[in-house]
Amino acid sequence: MGDLFSKFDPLIEQRETLLQGGVTDPFNLVMERVESPTVAICNGKRTILLGTYNYMGMTFDPDVIAAGKQALEDFGSGTTGSRVLNGTYVGHKAVEQALKDFYAMDHAMVFSTGYQANLGVISTMAGKDDYIILDIDSHASIYDGCALGNAQIVPFRHNDVEALDKRLKRLPPEAGKLVVLEGVYSMLGDVAPLKEMVAVSKAAGAMVLVDEAHSMGFIGERGRGVAEAQGVIDEVDFIIGTFSKSVGTVGGFCVSNHPKFEILRLVCRPYVFTASLPPSVVATAATSIGKLMDSADKRTHLWENSKRLHAGLRQLGFTLGTDEPQSAIIAVIMPDLETGAAMWEALLREGLYVNLARPPATPAGMTLLRCSLCALHSEDQVGEILGMFAAAGRATGCIS
Amino acid sequence: MPDRQQIYARTLELIEPFNKKGAAITEATRFAQDLEWDSLTVLDFVANVEDEFDVIITMNMQAEIETVGQLVDALQRLTAARG
Repeated sequence: MGDLFSKFDPLIEQRETLLQGGVTDPFNLVMERVESPTVAICNGKRTILLGTYNYMGMTFDPDVIAAGKQALEDFGSGTTGSRVLNGTYVGHKAVEQALKDFYAMDHAMVFSTGYQANLGVISTMAGKDDYIILDIDSHASIYDGCALGNAQIVPFRHNDVEALDKRLKRLPPEAGKLVVLEGVYSMLGDVAPLKEMVAVSKAAGAMVLVDEAHSMGFIGERGRGVAEAQGVIDEVDFIIGTFSKSVGTVGGFCVSNHPKFEILRLVCRPYVFTASLPPSVVATAATSIGKLMDSADKRTHLWENSKRLHAGLRQLGFTLGTDEPQSAIIAVIMPDLETGAAMWEALLREGLYVNLARPPATPAGMTLLRCSLCALHSEDQVGEILGMFAAAGRATGCIS
Repeated sequence: MPDRQQIYARTLELIEPFNKKGAAITEATRFAQDLEWDSLTVLDFVANVEDEFDVIITMNMQAEIETVGQLVDALQRLTAARG
C-alpha cells in the first residue's frame, strides 16, 4: 500500500538537514506578544518587525480598535453564514461602500480572504474558451484561480511588455481575454509597467485585472495603487486587493466599474460557499480604509523609510532585488538556502524579524530575505535595522 | 510551413541551452524526468519555442506534453493550424 505522503519525502529531508545544522526553524516562529505594528516579543526578546506587510501600521490604530470592539459587542463574534444567505450585515455593506469611495468605483465585492478574491474572480470570469494571459511571477492565488477554472492559460515573461503583446496578437481575435497583472510583485518588490501593459491589452480587446495587494494605501496619490500612480486606473477593469496588508486585518476584495459586476455574487463559488467575515473584522477594515484615504503624510514617511533602507543595505554590500526602491518591499538576495537561513537566524538574534522566502514562492530559484517596511517605523528604528543587518551580515560572512 | 523534421531539428537547438546535464536527446526524452527541468525552466523554454514558431502553447497543452516527440507533434499541429 502506497503512503500518500511519500511525495513529500524530499522536502522533509531538506528540512531535517537544515534543522540538524542547529538553525532555528524559520517557518515556525511564534510571536508571544505584539506591542505595536513594528515591535513584538519573540522567544522572550524584543524584536523589530520588518516582514509583516503592515505597510500603513493600522493594526493598533485607536479608531480601528474601537470600531472592532463596538462591532464585536453589537453584532457578536461571527456571522456563521455565507454572504448570500445570513452572512451579510450592515458592516459588510459599509466596508464595500468604503472601498467604492476609496477607489471611486461603482462596485465592490468583499471576500473572506485576498486569496479567495483571486481564486473566485479569476476562475469565475474566464470560461473554457477564454484565455487568461498572466505574468509568470504571478502570486499563487492567481495560479490557483486559473487551476480552479477551465480557461486556456498563457503565461508571459515577467514584466515583459513585448512578450505580452506578442502573445495577445497570436490569440484568436474573437476569443475572450483576461490579462492578469500585479501592481507590485511581492517577492522582489518590483513594480509592473502597467501603463504600457494596459495599453497593449486594451489594443488587443482584452479585459485587465490588476492585483494591487502590495500597493494599496501607499502607492499612488490617493493610495489606490500602481495603476493610479501610472495614470491608467480608469482603463483597468478589475482591481483585486486585500485587507491583510495596509488595511491591517483580513479579507479580500474586487472593485470594478463593469455594469454587470454584481452578478458575480451569485456565480462565484469562493464567495458563495464560505462564511463571511466576522462583524469586528469588517468594522476595523471600513474604519481603516476611511483613514487610509487621508494618509499622505504617512505615505511620504514610508517612501523615506524605503529609500533609506535600500540605500543603507546597498552600502553595506548586500545584493538587492531592485536597483532602486520601487515599493515598501526590499528583497535581499541570499546566495543559497543555508546562508539565507543562517542570516535569518542571526537577524532574529539581533532582534529583527524579516521573511525568509525560498523556491517555489520565489522567482528563478532564489532565496530571499524579504523586508517590508511600515509607515510607523521611526527613523531611529531604520537606523537600528541597518546596524543589525551589518552585524548579522558580518557574523554569517554575507558581507565583509 | 515547416515539415516535421525541420521542427524537430529546430526544437533540439532550442533545448540545447537548457540541457545542463548534456543528456542525449531523442523523441522519447522526457522534459521533467530525463532533463530534470523545473517549472521555471519549462516556462523559459516554452517562451522561446513560442517565439521561434510564432505560436501559443497554453499551460493546458503543456500539461499533456511529456516528451520531445509530443512537443514536436504539437508544434506541427499548431503551425499547420496557422497555415
